Amino acid sequence: MPFGRELFFFYIMALFGLFGKDKKKKLDQGLEKTKESFLSKLTRTVVGKSKVDDEVLDDLEEVLITSDVGVKTTLKIIERIEERVGREKYVSTSELQNVLRSEIASLLEENNTSDVEYDIPKHPDNNPHVIMVVGVNGVGKTTTIGKLAHQFKGMGKQVVLGAADTFRAAAVDQLIIWSERVGVPIVQQGMEADPASVAFETLEVAKAKGADVAIIDTAGRLHNKVNLMNELTKIKRVMQKVVPGAPHEILLVLDGSTGQNAFEQAKQFSLATEINALAITKLDGTAKGGVVIGISDQMKIPVKYIGVGEQMNDLQSFNRRAFVDSLFGE
Amino acid sequence: MFENLTDKFEKAFKVLKGQGQISEINIAETLKEVRRALLDADVNFNTAKEFTKTVKEKALGRDVLNAVSPGQLMVKICHEELIELMGGDETEVNYQGNPGIILMSGLQGSGKTTFSGKLANFLKSKKGKNPLLVACDVYRPAAIDQLHVLGDQIGVEVYSNKEEKNPVNIANAAIQHAKSNGNNVVIIDTAGRLAIDEQMMSEISDVKNAINPSETLFVVDAMTGQDAVNTAKAFNERINFDGVILTKLDGDTRGGAAISIKAVVDKPIKFVGTGEKMDALDVFYPKRMADRILGMGDVVSLVERAQEQYDEKEARRLQKKIKKNQFDFNDFLSQLQQVKKMGNVKDLMGMIPGMGKAMKNVEIEDDAFKHIEAIIYSMSPEEREHPEIINQSRKKRIAKGSGQSLTEVNKLLKQFGDTKKMMKMMSNKKNMANMMKQMKGGMPGM
Repeated sequence: MPFGRELFFFYIMALFGLFGKDKKKKLDQGLEKTKESFLSKLTRTVVGKSKVDDEVLDDLEEVLITSDVGVKTTLKIIERIEERVGREKYVSTSELQNVLRSEIASLLEENNTSDVEYDIPKHPDNNPHVIMVVGVNGVGKTTTIGKLAHQFKGMGKQVVLGAADTFRAAAVDQLIIWSERVGVPIVQQGMEADPASVAFETLEVAKAKGADVAIIDTAGRLHNKVNLMNELTKIKRVMQKVVPGAPHEILLVLDGSTGQNAFEQAKQFSLATEINALAITKLDGTAKGGVVIGISDQMKIPVKYIGVGEQMNDLQSFNRRAFVDSLFGE
Repeated sequence: MFENLTDKFEKAFKVLKGQGQISEINIAETLKEVRRALLDADVNFNTAKEFTKTVKEKALGRDVLNAVSPGQLMVKICHEELIELMGGDETEVNYQGNPGIILMSGLQGSGKTTFSGKLANFLKSKKGKNPLLVACDVYRPAAIDQLHVLGDQIGVEVYSNKEEKNPVNIANAAIQHAKSNGNNVVIIDTAGRLAIDEQMMSEISDVKNAINPSETLFVVDAMTGQDAVNTAKAFNERINFDGVILTKLDGDTRGGAAISIKAVVDKPIKFVGTGEKMDALDVFYPKRMADRILGMGDVVSLVERAQEQYDEKEARRLQKKIKKNQFDFNDFLSQLQQVKKMGNVKDLMGMIPGMGKAMKNVEIEDDAFKHIEAIIYSMSPEEREHPEIINQSRKKRIAKGSGQSLTEVNKLLKQFGDTKKMMKMMSNKKNMANMMKQMKGGMPGM
């Protein structure tokens, strides 16, 4: 009975004409990752060689690509080293490590972001500092919020959490457990409540309590789902009714084991909500950080935090120098 | 879902188009592009290297003079190789046994709990099973609650024990429970764990040894980079899983993991997750995925989904109406409902050959139907049956009633008119066949 399926076929095509709306062309970008440390790979690359030649550069390309640095940034690094080799005529393989380190460090520095310390700015009228946490599904938003709350509390700050992920099953319960663990108040309206309404109430409560910081959890959303992305704009708008300028910080959480799609996520979320900080999670796994180099190079958003474990204390502020040092095993 | 990769392939093949013969020289640049496209798509470095090597050998070895064009030949070789890489024929999940036991494993946030729910729903609604979900994630806050919420949603029982902290004991007790309770499949959700976490890896290996599952699944986020392969390897060494589940494929990830996992651990990908709803899962078909990568569309999937929603009687009734040119807004509305049941419109569009590219710059909102429904619901029954009576003042009233602009109402009416004409034309089998041919002819690179 082929009629049915043809009808459907046709229908979808016909309907297509009804909904077509132009969308900005997407950009491509890339990352990749690794199991071994940078250093051990690098050592293997140059073993038995005295001079940096094409073969060494090819191997280096492989090291970078498989460390999730991404094709574009990798080529950039290689080009710079090629330039340097051309300029200095002879670069020994033992120097390669130093050269590479300084090139990576300068790539990270060019990206005019400053290393950010945990500090909560003061706002007029004793308004709380508002942080909205966003990201795709399963990157570790709620866990990151728990860790952040713990750190802020340790700094003597008063924290209020807002459970605006009212969509994913038991997401509210998950944040409640964190609030109990950390010992901070939480505002929640249960599952399926309007996220904007939860955010609104959270800010009201935070304001009434004279809290220093309010952290809003949001539902995971894939960045290509337009409606869900628009919802973020709404949450933001509603919050500004309580605290002008809120959210002061929109923290995009990226999974450290994500490949090239991490760039797409950063781009799309930026378009929707003016992301001004990144947190890279799960860096305690086998992927050791090429993703951070790639993102720092390509995006003009500072990497603020990195997640390195499951414990409450396993959230660090990102420090480029320390990061480059750790890549090279120091 | 692989639109980006397809673009790159097309770009790479452009270099070859118009050249008479594949030679070492003219293939080099193309292969470089192919390799870069694969790397950009998170395909494992070595897999990408192997892939381009094989493609090169096959391309050079063939009698290219007989090929219509080198570009076409290359597409064909890449297509064949992709299928080969992704694992040949599809394999089902083994849920046989008394009860059948399915064990989930994977990293944190890969989507194990959501997928457990989907699989239970699938086995219940499509395979007539009576599944039991088991909450063995004793670590993540509210993980147990999450499974309970999902279980309630799909009407599947969930076994949990918040007092018990040992997953082995929970799993064993759950299986006993299933036996006495008549559940013929047990799906065990476990905590997310890193492959380098020795303690957690021995835990899941203990669970596996204790319950001897009929199927052990490794759940992996489709957005994962090269680490997908490393993690898959590490899990495979410890628990020797039977299959892979690729989740979050409804994102715009290029999904290179799909290409390399099978190649590296030699385990098939069995299901893909395509959304947050409980019915958003698909069986993984390597061939279709290869088609998709190369922009050949996924017609078979679409047809299957259409058939699931297809009501023969209703279709006959419609066919008659179409032939008599009586198709009205009521029929349109009921068709809309059916299309909605088939899933996300954009996904569906992506499956139609040649559409993937056209769709790239188009955003179809999830509730795109809402506006149309609003307009139709604002029509009187008479207007729905006889759209031709809708004059300017009726249009204004409809626009007002539906909260849509007059332009939107006009657009819908025009579209409806065109639709009707096309449908009449297409209700003739011959015309339809011609159209399909045309669509095929329009396929990129073919």
